[in-house]
Amino acid sequence: MTEITSTDMLDPPVADGVRRRDFINIAAVSAAGVGALAVLVPLITQMEPSADVLAESSIDVDLAAIMPGQAIKKIFRKQPLFLRNLTTKEIAEADAVPVASLRDPQTLADRTKPGHTNWLITMGVCTHLGCVPLGTGQGEPRGEFGGYFCPCHGSQYDTAARIRKGPAPKNLAVPDYIFTTATTVKVG
Amino acid sequence: MSFPWANVYKPSHPFMQWMDEKLPLPRLVYNSLGAGYPVPRNLNYFWNFGVLAGVCLMIQILTGVILAMHYSVNADSAFASTEHIMRDVNWGWMLRYAHANGASAFFVVVYIHIFRGFFYGSYKAPREMIWLLGVTIFLLMMATAFMGYVLPWGQMSFWGTQVITGLFSAIPLVGDALHQWLLGGFAPDNAALNRFFSLHFLLPFVILGVVILHVWSLHIPGSSNPTGVDVKTESDTVPFHPYYTAKDGFGLGVFLLFYCGLLFFAPNALGHPDNYIPANPLQTPAHIVPEWYFWPYYAILRAFTQNILFIPAKLMGVLAMFSSILIWFFLPWLDRSPVRSGHFRPTFRKFYWVLLVDVAVLGWCGGAPAEEPYVMISQVAAIYYFLHFLVILPVVSSIERPDPLPFSITEAVLGKDDAAALGAAA
Ligand code: HEM
Ligand code: FES
Repeated sequence: MTEITSTDMLDPPVADGVRRRDFINIAAVSAAGVGALAVLVPLITQMEPSADVLAESSIDVDLAAIMPGQAIKKIFRKQPLFLRNLTTKEIAEADAVPVASLRDPQTLADRTKPGHTNWLITMGVCTHLGCVPLGTGQGEPRGEFGGYFCPCHGSQYDTAARIRKGPAPKNLAVPDYIFTTATTVKVG
Repeated sequence: MSFPWANVYKPSHPFMQWMDEKLPLPRLVYNSLGAGYPVPRNLNYFWNFGVLAGVCLMIQILTGVILAMHYSVNADSAFASTEHIMRDVNWGWMLRYAHANGASAFFVVVYIHIFRGFFYGSYKAPREMIWLLGVTIFLLMMATAFMGYVLPWGQMSFWGTQVITGLFSAIPLVGDALHQWLLGGFAPDNAALNRFFSLHFLLPFVILGVVILHVWSLHIPGSSNPTGVDVKTESDTVPFHPYYTAKDGFGLGVFLLFYCGLLFFAPNALGHPDNYIPANPLQTPAHIVPEWYFWPYYAILRAFTQNILFIPAKLMGVLAMFSSILIWFFLPWLDRSPVRSGHFRPTFRKFYWVLLVDVAVLGWCGGAPAEEPYVMISQVAAIYYFLHFLVILPVVSSIERPDPLPFSITEAVLGKDDAAALGAAA
């Protein structure tokens, strides 16, 4: 007579060698696994920007006081925003560049609103590692291309705030905005 | 390791005997730091730095826990509370300087500890696991130090966070989402400050846990030694206590002289004055530099100014910077020489010194502005750094002819080793 172990007695294997206990093991471990994965979701997403940070905050800016050639800095969603009144010469310079030659090909018209091509409104966050480029304040260096110059690692932007030289990969970002009157904008 | 000749713990006091039965903690200490732990008799002062690193960790935990009692974790008040510690809290200035300079001292000690390992081949079998855990500790230390520097919320804190978390945005596809996830916002702010504080408090205890594993794995083969020759007989070792407790105690005294000199006479020498300016999201400092102990990696990061094939320069810099440390994980297998100690490896030894100079040059460039000639020098030095590990080390270790090794540690120390010679003859 062959020896019978206690587990065999409790859960004898059926013909194909599968026992009921195998099913219970797999079911229990799978359920625990799914539960553990579900717990990860809140643990990970709590790190994402919270509702108050995301809350659609928009700002209104009066552009009337900004003369051609001047620029101002505002804070939009805790980050610097550049608003610049381009001179006709600067517009012509931006339009003269062959778009295909650019690292991040875009025309000035792509980056401004129709009828307001002199208003260059961009984030003031260098697309390299996030420094605030120079060029808004009076007397600040504007780089070789007359737009903005990032002192951190030397990225140079042109008069359409497009990246022309240095390590930054992209043009300065253009936020969502609309002209509410001829001289005021609502950003965000 | 407990060699067969190790002293055995025999508590004589009845209380200690009772204790030994219930919780043999005194036995553990006796066997790992006491007379029950035989250690090579020829360790030089470079073997003090592991214990010194442990002391630094204790200094950081003690001063850090106290600072946290006075610090306020909020972007609006963090800077002011740091100044409050400096000016109003009793001895606050000392505790803060002790913590800030303690971090620098910790890195000095750990860099010496690591370069000791490079020279003496401490990473080789059977000590690979000690080494891998050590590199893990170092990565954790870097994360901890970075997040700690953010807490005072000065200009360098803020812009350092902006730049370092910005690195993650270089990762293709998920980069921007990851960047926002790390910061909990679009720019460094309250969310980032709070999570960095929480992790900065936690990580030193994680480091402590990994240090325990590190020392545990050390106690399996036992310490290596300046000759790199294995322990053979009892005459090669001395008990840890009193020999190395005394030597480590003396080393600690010398360390404290340097540390206190820094702390009391030049507490701001290694810091950046811009961090005494409150964080201003609209104004980037003229040039952003991390703390000195990160300069070599920062130089490697900035060395990439051109896209390489289809990989953007920004991503290349990030990858190279992380690889420069991750490559250490492969060191036990990149160096194929069976001889451990650099004393007996004439060719390796020369390249060791070149590497040391190379890292110093990288450090010097990393602290300098991102201009020529520094960028070009960092490019050359960064290439050499990787060449050292990926080409020079494997090649040299395969073709080099090592000098003859001493027969045993005892022979190296005394000029002759009767016991071992007898044993070998038998
Ligand atoms: C918190 C940081 C650290 C602490 C407290 C620590 C502690 C120690 C201690 C007490 C020893 C024995 C004494 C000595 O040989 O100096 C040791 C040995 C060792 N450590 Fe560390 N360590 C730390 C970080 C590191 C790092 C970052 C590495 C390498 C990347 C490393 C690699 C090693 C190696 C390879 C040994 C064995 C050395 C030999 O026997 O030749 N350690 N460590
Ligand atoms: S952050 Fe602007 S060039 Fe690096």
